[in-house]
Amino acid sequence: MIDEGLRSELQKQGVYTTTLEELYNWGRANSVWPLTFGLACCAIEMIAASMSRYDIARFGAEVFRPSPRQADLMIVAGTVTKKMAPLVVRLYNQMPEPKYVIAMGACAISGGPFKQGYNVLKGIDRYLPVDVAIPGCPPRPEALIHAIMTLQEKILKQKLTGPDRPRHLNADVPGEYPVPAYGEQDLEPSSNRDVWQPPVIKR
Amino acid sequence: METSQNSYWVIVLLMVVAVAFALGPLALAWAWARFFSPNKPGKDKNAVYECGLESKGDAWVSFRSEYYLYAIIFLVFDVETIFLLPFAVSFGGPVGLSVGAFLAMMIFLLLLVEGLVWAWGKGVLNWK
Repeated sequence: MIDEGLRSELQKQGVYTTTLEELYNWGRANSVWPLTFGLACCAIEMIAASMSRYDIARFGAEVFRPSPRQADLMIVAGTVTKKMAPLVVRLYNQMPEPKYVIAMGACAISGGPFKQGYNVLKGIDRYLPVDVAIPGCPPRPEALIHAIMTLQEKILKQKLTGPDRPRHLNADVPGEYPVPAYGEQDLEPSSNRDVWQPPVIKR
Repeated sequence: METSQNSYWVIVLLMVVAVAFALGPLALAWAWARFFSPNKPGKDKNAVYECGLESKGDAWVSFRSEYYLYAIIFLVFDVETIFLLPFAVSFGGPVGLSVGAFLAMMIFLLLLVEGLVWAWGKGVLNWK
């Protein structure tokens, strides 16, 4: 690995150095393809973000793929009902690695204004590993663009080797998350304990 | 001497470069998937994509040939409608369509209707 000071000095002279890892991460950070997948009103903001006024294409993320086979970003845009939750998880499982999740809006994060509803999932992070969460009800397109930039920063920082390498490069980590089933009262299981632990309440 | 000056070699070279240009990225992607990314197939990942739902039955269904026959018969009258308007506009004078033009068009229509009657008689319109 090149010394940062030397690298900066070289850059001043017009010599740019890079590593394969950086080049690879730069390539995939700038071509994040989201899945065409809107659940509720946040999807309207997502559509607005992809249109000419906000133009998500500037970040290489305009290619909304209608099939999970070609997508690597799932924008969970809207309220996830318990009826829809297994479908969301299954779609996530059908996406190829490496894949990322943006939870867009209050509903996708926590259930939002419908949190007390019997039929609403209280946050998609109960089943999926969320990379970026955007608050707001709904978040403006600028917020979604900010989330994509945050995700790009995250991708750029990922190390491809070592013990904390991303899961898609680790052969031991399973590629799929368990899909919840429709139960009598609730989804079964009601959360995936590998990705989400209920907060401990101390009285 | 003769072959070295053959100007068509440029085309061959261009073709080789074009094929390499197309296959190169695919080969790189394959090599990356083969040597760096672990392959992780799974039950859900290999399942048929149906908007996240579990697909019922086999996705490899065959469509009935009646659809094809219906489409052909529909197409005849679809094209006929496209013909009718320009015909009426170009042959229609200040006093309207002449009797001869009207008859000519009716004969054209009759030929098409004959085709429909023939297909009807053959039992194409019966959905089996």
